Amino acid sequence: MIPSSFDYHAPSDLPSAVALLVKHGEGAKVLSGGQSLLPLLKLRLGQAAHLVDVGRIPGLEYVREEGGMLRIGACTRESVLEGSEVVRTRYPILFETTKVIADPVVRNRATVGGNLAHGDPANDHPATMLALSAQVVAVGPNGERVIAIDKFFLGLFSTALAPDEILTEIRVPSPPPRSGGAYEKLERKVGDYATAAAAVQVTLSPSGAVERVGIALTNAGPIPVRAGAAETYLRGKKVDDAAIAQAARLAGGASSPRADRRGTVEYKREMARVMSARALKRAVERAGGH
Amino acid sequence: MSMHKVELKVNGVPHSAEVESRLLLVHLLREVFRLTGTHIGCDTTHCGACTVLLDGNPVKSCTVLAVQAHGREVMTVEGLETGGKLHPIQQGFTEKHGLQCGYCTPGMMMTGFALLARNQQPSEQEIREAISGNLCRCTGYLNIVKAVQYAAEQLEKGASHAA
Repeated sequence: MIPSSFDYHAPSDLPSAVALLVKHGEGAKVLSGGQSLLPLLKLRLGQAAHLVDVGRIPGLEYVREEGGMLRIGACTRESVLEGSEVVRTRYPILFETTKVIADPVVRNRATVGGNLAHGDPANDHPATMLALSAQVVAVGPNGERVIAIDKFFLGLFSTALAPDEILTEIRVPSPPPRSGGAYEKLERKVGDYATAAAAVQVTLSPSGAVERVGIALTNAGPIPVRAGAAETYLRGKKVDDAAIAQAARLAGGASSPRADRRGTVEYKREMARVMSARALKRAVERAGGH
Repeated sequence: MSMHKVELKVNGVPHSAEVESRLLLVHLLREVFRLTGTHIGCDTTHCGACTVLLDGNPVKSCTVLAVQAHGREVMTVEGLETGGKLHPIQQGFTEKHGLQCGYCTPGMMMTGFALLARNQQPSEQEIREAISGNLCRCTGYLNIVKAVQYAAEQLEKGASHAA
């Protein structure tokens, strides 16, 4: 399959990339790893008159912990995130997420920024970034702005990024002591989108009660879903099996999936519950509780 | 539509071509450079038959634009043998019957080659994970895993001989 014609631009710095987006407006799309955008163009589900490749802009590929946060350059490949020592040891939820995105060969091209900017609720990073209360940095003609992840996903394939903005960095707050996280994904096979998946990040108080908790679901609605009722229920509680079961029920209830070849609505909601329970249990264990 | 001059190394040899923006790397390799060892399978980023190495990393060349490979190094299945001698990964697929129809084989070998370049003694689990983006509909993967293991053994032998 061959995409319809477009012009390709390979700017060597961010200002030139933004200038190209300003010039070409809605007709332009940002190309990062291309593992979502190119299939879309090939299948002619989408069209772009101009592709602005940010892959040749130096300085957008990094993973480093500094200033109380993990900073991930938007063009960081999933395989690099997976291989990062700080991610593996300090952010197990992120490590588990990147490991189940598509397949290892795709992960050599796919980028973290692209996974978010594509605005696909079936992608895996969005739920994890919601659970982690991440922020994304966008650069446009008026400079840089920081967007809270809760304000980022607006609709199916639609984000808070303006057509002339480029996502440049993802910022994840460093977990305080007694924190733990986990990502649980049910997939039919490697490379498939989630039938259901849950991301959980939790911080416990010295007495073992839940101080902070983020729970979010993948592929459970038109945008990535934060399981707010489950979070509220858990806050301040000591976690035991009954609390996990109840929180997971509430999380499953937050899911509004569509039936497809991966299953019926009822099945997917039930699996959202099960994935939430498993992720919660492991997150709490990693935080040193239960 | 814009045209671009792409210059890249393929199997160590400089190549160049004038290409349309939308030309895919796999088509550049097969149709312009006539390196038809790389196969087009599903054409939807699933099957991995089109896997080649881009700067040493396996990628699905049906999902990379030719212009994105400008200035990069590509290695295809044609680059595996040297001086008429098969690479151990190719010997492995022969010795262990790692293929039936052969359609997935070039991609499997490139992924296996890249795995062995960074992990000389992969476990069975590591091999299975590495090739999990390459689909085979014939073999059930068992002999493919054995082929990669065979290559790992041969490479280790070769390394100890050299030492």
